[in-house]
Amino acid sequence: MPDAASSSIWLAAPVLLPLLTALLASFTASRLRAALCAAGTLATAGSSLFVLARVVAEGPLRHRLGGWGAPLGIDLFADGLSVLMLAMTAVIGGAISLYASAYFTSAHERRSFWPLWFLLWTGLNALFLTADLFNFYVTLEVISLSAVALVAMKGGPVALPAAVRYLFVAMLGSLAYMGGVALVYAQTGVLDLHLLTGRLGEGPLGRAALALLIGGLLAKTALFPLHLWLPPAHSSAPAPVSAALSALVVKASFYILLRTSFSAFSDAALAAVGPVLGVLGAATVLWGSFQALTQDRLKLMIAYSTVAQIGYLFLLFPVAMPGAGDAAWQSKAWIAGIFHALSHACAKAAMFMAAGAILHAVGRDDKNSLRGLGERMPVTISALATAGISIMALPPSGGFIAKWMLLVAAIRTDQWWWAPIMIGGGLLAAAYIFRMIRYAFLSTPDGAPPLHPVPRRLEFTALALGLLALALGLASVFPIAVAAIGAPFPENWFMEAL
Amino acid sequence: MPTLSSMIPLLVLMTSLVTAAVIFGLGEERVRTRTFFNLLGAVAKIGLVGLMVWGVLHQHVFETRWRFMPELDFVLRADSMTILFSTLSSLLWLLTTIYAIGYLEDSPNRRRFFGYFSLCVTATMGVSLAGNLITFFVFYELLTLTTYPLVVHRGTEKAVRAGAMYLRYTLGGSAAMLIGMLWLYVLVGPFDFASTGALRDLDPKYRWHLMVIFALLIGGLGVKAALIPLHRWLPEAMVAPAPVSALLHAVAVVKAGAFGIVRVIYDVYGIDFAHDLGVLKPLAVLAAITILYGSIRALAQDDFKRRLAFSTVSQVSYITLGVTIFGPLATLGGLVHLVHQGVMKITMFFAAGNVAEALGVHKVSELDGAGRRMPLTMGAFTIAALGMIGVPPLAGFISKWYLGYGAAVAGEYWVLGVLAGSSLLNAAYFLPILHRVWFKPQRGPWPHEHPQHGRLETTWWLLLPPVTTALIVVLAGLFAGHPASPLSWVKFISTREFIAP
Repeated sequence: MPDAASSSIWLAAPVLLPLLTALLASFTASRLRAALCAAGTLATAGSSLFVLARVVAEGPLRHRLGGWGAPLGIDLFADGLSVLMLAMTAVIGGAISLYASAYFTSAHERRSFWPLWFLLWTGLNALFLTADLFNFYVTLEVISLSAVALVAMKGGPVALPAAVRYLFVAMLGSLAYMGGVALVYAQTGVLDLHLLTGRLGEGPLGRAALALLIGGLLAKTALFPLHLWLPPAHSSAPAPVSAALSALVVKASFYILLRTSFSAFSDAALAAVGPVLGVLGAATVLWGSFQALTQDRLKLMIAYSTVAQIGYLFLLFPVAMPGAGDAAWQSKAWIAGIFHALSHACAKAAMFMAAGAILHAVGRDDKNSLRGLGERMPVTISALATAGISIMALPPSGGFIAKWMLLVAAIRTDQWWWAPIMIGGGLLAAAYIFRMIRYAFLSTPDGAPPLHPVPRRLEFTALALGLLALALGLASVFPIAVAAIGAPFPENWFMEAL
Repeated sequence: MPTLSSMIPLLVLMTSLVTAAVIFGLGEERVRTRTFFNLLGAVAKIGLVGLMVWGVLHQHVFETRWRFMPELDFVLRADSMTILFSTLSSLLWLLTTIYAIGYLEDSPNRRRFFGYFSLCVTATMGVSLAGNLITFFVFYELLTLTTYPLVVHRGTEKAVRAGAMYLRYTLGGSAAMLIGMLWLYVLVGPFDFASTGALRDLDPKYRWHLMVIFALLIGGLGVKAALIPLHRWLPEAMVAPAPVSALLHAVAVVKAGAFGIVRVIYDVYGIDFAHDLGVLKPLAVLAAITILYGSIRALAQDDFKRRLAFSTVSQVSYITLGVTIFGPLATLGGLVHLVHQGVMKITMFFAAGNVAEALGVHKVSELDGAGRRMPLTMGAFTIAALGMIGVPPLAGFISKWYLGYGAAVAGEYWVLGVLAGSSLLNAAYFLPILHRVWFKPQRGPWPHEHPQHGRLETTWWLLLPPVTTALIVVLAGLFAGHPASPLSWVKFISTREFIAP
């Protein structure tokens, strides 16, 4: 497949455009910056979608930066999975830019947010267009550092410790990952995923390398028991940052794991790792959900819900790993995981944006502050509710489609025991979401202070993403067909089923 | 290439979905515009449903279908069963909209109310149009979610508690149903609703699987159909405003459950096969117990709407009872009751809403002499109550006649005892109301009386709907033999779907 990939210079655009915007935004005057960032957003999102269109038309693409190829140079690579992630980042990123343009009002905030945000976007796009263990490391560092800085930008006694804790875990994770990369290089001499095909995890050295790689990535993805840093960081950040962290950043390290495991791990290694990841994922689902059920603050509840939702992503490993059943059902689980990542991104970004609007209007986000908001902020509450439907995995929503496919695949591969976790997790999600949202349906208390006026853009951006999460439940065929392009499965189950 | 025929089912949904979107987009104060769009949507829907009736009669297929996930299609199709439910809901939607406009005059949050109300109707129509189990499930869940804001509409602590209970029951039920659907899908793959069922050819060694799946599906559907012990949410949900109780809790929500049971028995399992499996008898017994239990509980309720709610628990199970008795005649009784019960019960809730709105009366014990004050309202109520008891020639008599006759033909004589007992109980909890209303003098001033509207007992908005539905109760019974009656349509269904191969 990699040799057959055609070359396209366009692959560089989604990386270079946000980088350029970040650089320019860090030293332009504030009036110019607004226009620049709007243009940068459009250009970045547009180029990402263009790459999607090219991959849909031509199949997987590869581009050698500066003409140097692997194993020495930097290769950009895009297949169906990468462009789906790229498109997800384009849509959510565009929404975040739109939201942030109304959310941040002081010059100080804007000066820190915009360059960092575009740097983060650069890192994400670069990561999704990479198929090389070392470049993954570099892009992951770009993402982590800009994300930590974004959490810290608010300052104060809550955000700073959260940012420091986040930094600490991110650094440890990177260190472990880098150690793993070094071992892989020592053993094989290559880091390009296409050259490593099926070779990772052989022998004691290989197993050590794998353990380090996976451990580092799990810490960054916040899998149980390495999740403790996530809730404070995601809940104390400003709303657009929370949205970016929960919707996009955690998906980056998951993406690395997904890609490396299915293309570079040996079958034996994958079969050994799969069940472990599944068990950790299940524990994460339950633990995150129960924690979310006990939170009294909206943003913390949403953050713990992110932990729970990340858990579902990892259930795909035991179901999709080789030897788990016939390839048709493995590929179904793999697709289900990707689709879950997409719909979670829309839903979770919508929830954090809605929470940001509430925080802006009421000044606090404990559950009592939601009283009466059903009548006073109907758009925001609708955003919260529509996104909630997808998180609860009720139809019609992207979350439902993802869960249905994963459930069917789990049962078909004789691993029915994942089913109660998934169904129970859905019920728990309904419990923690309705526990919060029911307050919005109470009447406005007498003598409630007037709401601080909220820019309409905040409310409607959140609602648009919430509705998008629902729409994914009625139009899942296109994303699935895209994911099938260059998918690491021999049998092309996708096409006959569509 | 989408043709007009393939768009009709979608358009039927759109008439209320677009109405909802327009209403949410309009400001709270745009009352006249909102009323206009509400009525426009309701009338347009009736027109489209009329077109579907024509189509089904002329063997014309109206089907919307697209792939919404791998291997599974989203199917909306008008078959004769669809017509039964969608005609009922679209007609009652129009009447209830008229009623709600009058009932909620000058109350807060009307935009939210009418918006969700339209969404609920969209979900209900989707339930009736769904052409396979998963599409059914999508709308069934949507119905849960869109009714929640209406249950808690009053915004009181009590309403929110009732809403939480509603969700616990319905979402728990839907988890059971999801497991059942999943299991079925893994066993037999994707299939559409078909009049012969889809499971007959499965390897006999899976019979016990199919029995468990049946229990799971009925467990999920039984929540909305208020089968005991899953009925407890229904009386609590009566905190909602009267139009919600009227349309949703007398018709849409409970009927979605009952309709789902009908679909599972006839179009998923097939009545013959379900009979072979032996799953019908337990369900029939459960329905019979629910019928008696609901009636007994209704006896003791002083709250007017709660009494009606327990009566609903009882009456909806007639449908389940009818379709679980193996034989075409009892099926006729069950299916026709789907329509008859809807029309009768909505009349009663309209009447209960009227006395609450005009007189502030919420309790049965406060109704003394209400007939003199509100003769049209209480007249409509009386017709519906007599119909429920099964007095000929009203609609309820037709249902009970076919249920009893069908049960006797099928050799299930115990059903006759259930019917007799239930009719006695119906009389025992309805006749005292009628006695109070017509024959007792008024006791002191009404709790909270609104000034009269000229010579009318209340506004036209509130009077027209119950009088119309009461008229339908009379006509559906009197002219049961007419080709346009619900009974004739049900006979048409049974020849088309169950007796024909």
